[in-house]
Amino acid sequence: MTFTLFLLALFDGISYAALVFIVALGLTLIFGVMRILNVAHGSLYAIGAYATASLTGYALALGFAPIFAFPLMLISAVLVGVLLGGPIEWLLLRRIYHKPEVLQLLVTFAVFMILEDVQRLVWGTQPYFQASALQALGNVTVFGVTYTVYQLILLPVLALVLLLGLRAFLRHTIIGKLILATTEDREAAQAIGIDADKVFLFTFIVGAVLAGLGGALDSPTTSILPGMGADMIVLSFAVIATAGLGQIEGAAVAALMIGLGRSFAVYLWPETAVLVPYLIMVLVLLVRPEGLFGSPVARKI
Amino acid sequence: MNASRTASVPLLETRNLTIKFGGITAADDVSMRIEAGRNLAIIGPNGAGKTTFLNICTGWIKPRAGQVLFEGEDITPLPPRKIVARGVARAFQIPQLFTEHTALENLLISVSAREGLRNPLRDMHRIRQRDEMMTLLEMVNCADVADRLVVELSEGQRKLIDIAVALALKPRLLLMDEPTSGVASSEKHKVMEILIAALAKANVTSVFVEHDMGIVSRHADEVAVWNTGKVQLRGTPAEILAHPDVIRDVIGEELA
Amino acid sequence: MTVRSTNHAASPARRGFPARQILTALGVGALILVPLLAPHLQLLMNLALAKGLAVLGVTVVLRAGQVSFGHALFFGISAYAGAFLISAWPGADLLVVLIAGVLGAAISGLLVGLFVARYRGIFFGMLNLAFSMIFWSILEKFYHYTGGADGIRLTRPTVLGMELGRVNYELVLFYLAIALMVGLGWFTLRWLASPSGQLFQTLKTNETRLEYLGLSPRRVLLSGYVLSAVLCGVGGSMMGMTQGVVTPEYVWWVRSAEMVFIAVLGGAGSVRGAFVGALVYEIVRIYASAFAADIWQLLLGVFLLVIILFAPGGIMGIVDSLIGHARSARKILK
Repeated sequence: MTFTLFLLALFDGISYAALVFIVALGLTLIFGVMRILNVAHGSLYAIGAYATASLTGYALALGFAPIFAFPLMLISAVLVGVLLGGPIEWLLLRRIYHKPEVLQLLVTFAVFMILEDVQRLVWGTQPYFQASALQALGNVTVFGVTYTVYQLILLPVLALVLLLGLRAFLRHTIIGKLILATTEDREAAQAIGIDADKVFLFTFIVGAVLAGLGGALDSPTTSILPGMGADMIVLSFAVIATAGLGQIEGAAVAALMIGLGRSFAVYLWPETAVLVPYLIMVLVLLVRPEGLFGSPVARKI
Repeated sequence: MNASRTASVPLLETRNLTIKFGGITAADDVSMRIEAGRNLAIIGPNGAGKTTFLNICTGWIKPRAGQVLFEGEDITPLPPRKIVARGVARAFQIPQLFTEHTALENLLISVSAREGLRNPLRDMHRIRQRDEMMTLLEMVNCADVADRLVVELSEGQRKLIDIAVALALKPRLLLMDEPTSGVASSEKHKVMEILIAALAKANVTSVFVEHDMGIVSRHADEVAVWNTGKVQLRGTPAEILAHPDVIRDVIGEELA
Repeated sequence: MTVRSTNHAASPARRGFPARQILTALGVGALILVPLLAPHLQLLMNLALAKGLAVLGVTVVLRAGQVSFGHALFFGISAYAGAFLISAWPGADLLVVLIAGVLGAAISGLLVGLFVARYRGIFFGMLNLAFSMIFWSILEKFYHYTGGADGIRLTRPTVLGMELGRVNYELVLFYLAIALMVGLGWFTLRWLASPSGQLFQTLKTNETRLEYLGLSPRRVLLSGYVLSAVLCGVGGSMMGMTQGVVTPEYVWWVRSAEMVFIAVLGGAGSVRGAFVGALVYEIVRIYASAFAADIWQLLLGVFLLVIILFAPGGIMGIVDSLIGHARSARKILK
């Protein structure tokens, strides 16, 4: 492998990892707080991508400069989070918190199935391609390798900002502390007057926004197709399972491992590239069943 | 009372057992021997580590230091299922039952585990140990609820069935955690009497945590006082329950 | 209050009017007559029965309180094992193809089970999915060995030494499917009522106590898991032989999702429900595809929610309450 190829693989890996991390962050946040695996997370990601592509298309047609794609991404993400995430939690998930885990899994799975078809109804099956934002920031050359600023700098920086921002939010703001308290012990939190329902709703919306944001950020880099939601949910699950469910910082490490693993596989042995994330997950779990940073749950008797 | 085992090997022994977690010392260099045939009650203030001791003896948690030996074999590193397979059974403070099965089914499942029944075509309700299990249920006064789901039963009944499930395994050592809590006071002594007699007949030694001093005085052969991680006193019920420290620390707490 | 008489012999159904048994016999009888009375439905029913066998596998796992989102793995492995066998050995007997599939499913069930049996809940469900997607990738990408997206043809095997024409072959497959349904369904019911099966089901309610009976929950789950893999595999082999070609789609996640859906539709954890659900599902699917092909997944999703929230016992739950059968306390979705 030449140095150039190595750098390409490295940059691919980093930008891919940043994207996956943003989506996985939402998933692990929701799980950490609400102990629900939101299978529909993948659909929210996909809808974020579709919405961004559509909105950007309209904006460009109206004569706006490509740079406007960025605020549109944020808008898409927030729309996804609030208009989809909100009702999902409020109408559905709220009814099933106390039910068996099997049932909760099935419910979010049902939502996933519904949203997959909704995507197809709204946006059809042909690929969408809207790369203006990708090119809007230009390129950068590092050690002789040219890469887009968007992928090499913006995405990782954003991922880092979100990671640190979320951490700071949870630890230093009042709402954040309420969330942590509710996560720690829901009944105790309610006993001291915390409205756990609102905390859960808020958390879910934030998680959904992150999913949508991941999709929005991903949309300029790839052609948007049906089925990308399904791929993404399995992939982000692999990331958070490897890290340990609920581990925020760990998810960043796992995303990097998986992102780099996959991108190097693409250059070295392409047939296995799709497999690599799952192999990494399986290998990690073989050695540490609770994930790299997870803590084994102790049962009380 | 049964004759103790011929060898000098005690039924259960701990050596320098130390259990610490979260700033609490549940056991502090505890070395004790429990002989077969003498039912031992463990009393002590709340939170002193009595339940933790039972958990350690069955492998649920591991000690910081020291060993637990069952019939001379070091069982400290073993998981609960292997310790159970060697002849130790446990009844819990909060009964651990199969909530979607009936009382009788819980016992049938237990004896199926004991016997290693494998025939995939045999109906569990028809195994030949069924009568044995019904007898066990009668012994704990629960024969009339044999076909009721355990979730529908009273706390006392569930506790007794929990004990029966453990007994169905024909263990040599039975560890119980507050066996009569939840049982109606009018029944407590009767049940305990039948239980102790059945244990004697089946050659089962019991170690039980108990807060009811009436039960302790009438049904235990020996009493150990567990306080601040140490076995502070040990002796017959008469001796222990009259001891001033016990009256102050343990019984006083009971009456408070 | 759920009370059962102390005198019950086997299952709780056996008291007074055996409504369930009669309905089951009627159902099987109706199926047997399909080639005579409704031959245009034969293929559809055959595929439904194959799916039903696969769903039976998912059902077994549900009885332990777990859901697998990746059981299509065994469906596909079994089908591909049979296809590889008959490619290497054309004209092999049908039973040999079936056995090859069962072996493939059993071995892979054991290997995957050794890993996933350590997990419960979300992890269990999603790890199964991950394994099935790994296998799907292998099937798709390693085109040279697996035929890629086009798959492998499963040419017609011989039956008891005879080469059959299409019509007779399809009849044989159909009646074999019915026989497998009755045989494996009966076996599964018996196993679930047996000590091993009852121990398996305690995984749902109290693993701690299971451990304190001296057993390894992991090993107990594994044994049921291998059974479920074999059941799923038999369905896959039957599907492969009926369709004549096996493709990676056999292990695609949508397949696994479909199996879970049918299990819930029929009545989560119900053996009869697996087949009833599959038959109902296939019939609806064929007729709905005319006008609702685009929104099929949406309908499934909505239906799944409706069942879970309002009729968690599925079709068999509704049937049972209609015939007055006091269901045993199986509360998979309650």
